[in-house]
Amino acid sequence: MSNAIHLHYDVSGEDFTRAGEASGLVKKTLKKLGYNTDAIRRVAIAMYEAEINMVIHAEGGYCDVDIYPDRVEILLADHGPGIPDVDKAMQEGYSTAPDNVRTLGFGAGMGLPNIKKYTDDMRIETTLGVGTNVYLTVVVKA
Amino acid sequence: MTVKELAERLELKILVEGDLGREVTGCYIGDLLSWVMGRAPEDSAWLTVMGNINSIAVATLADVSCIVLVENAALDENARQKAEMHEVNILLTQENSYHLAVKLHELLQ
Ligand SMILES: Nc1ncnc2c1ncn2[C@@H]1O[C@H](COP(=O)(O)OP(=O)(O)OP(=O)(O)O)[C@@H](O)[C@H]1O
Ligand SMILES: [Mg+2]
Repeated sequence: MSNAIHLHYDVSGEDFTRAGEASGLVKKTLKKLGYNTDAIRRVAIAMYEAEINMVIHAEGGYCDVDIYPDRVEILLADHGPGIPDVDKAMQEGYSTAPDNVRTLGFGAGMGLPNIKKYTDDMRIETTLGVGTNVYLTVVVKA
Repeated sequence: MTVKELAERLELKILVEGDLGREVTGCYIGDLLSWVMGRAPEDSAWLTVMGNINSIAVATLADVSCIVLVENAALDENARQKAEMHEVNILLTQENSYHLAVKLHELLQ
């Protein structure tokens, strides 16, 4: 599409302190472009949850963001361990987060449910031992 | 009520001054980050003991108007730096969440 804006970010799996940077930059970009605040907030929350999951559960990955006038589409891809049971992972409260990140406030098992709640479409492709792709779409209402 | 007024009225110490003119319209209490991320209404005061760098990301992305660290919870140095960079208001109190929220409720009436 001619008027799409494409953004690409690599997400480091080592640097915990930088997690959320890509989501923050996307948020800033959408603000600059004048998108409505509700859509911006939904994109920011959903993308952050997927981004932080790549850091905590998959040693990092990358994000591709496509910004259209009427929607934002995001792919978050990693080469982590994959998700054995996606239905289970989607349940509120289910988490395999290790203790060291739980002390930081992660591990409520609310990340994927948040993504579901705040996006208009969410799709997970995952293969054990190969990695996970999370596709998100947020529709922007004028 | 603005964050500045909130700080004055409840005698909160200002640890990081972002945009103190931001409106506070509610309050949310929680320490589990994705719980807060999914449930905290925007423009609320977020009461927590989590003073790490990931809290700053949550505050920014969920658009709360300030973080209030309760019970004198510590603010990590890298969290302080990130908060300054992103202009996130951070306040401190020795009170616990319950007591502070009760007072905040009265102010917001
Ligand atoms: N990119 C991923 N790669 C591998 N496993 C994942 C990935 N994303 C999520 N998971 C799995 O799905 C579970 C649920 O994810 P979810 O984001 O809902 O909770 P959490 O990350 O454990 O905790 P929270 O997000 O509340 O801090 C995770 O604990 C993990 O087992
Ligand atoms: Mg998560």
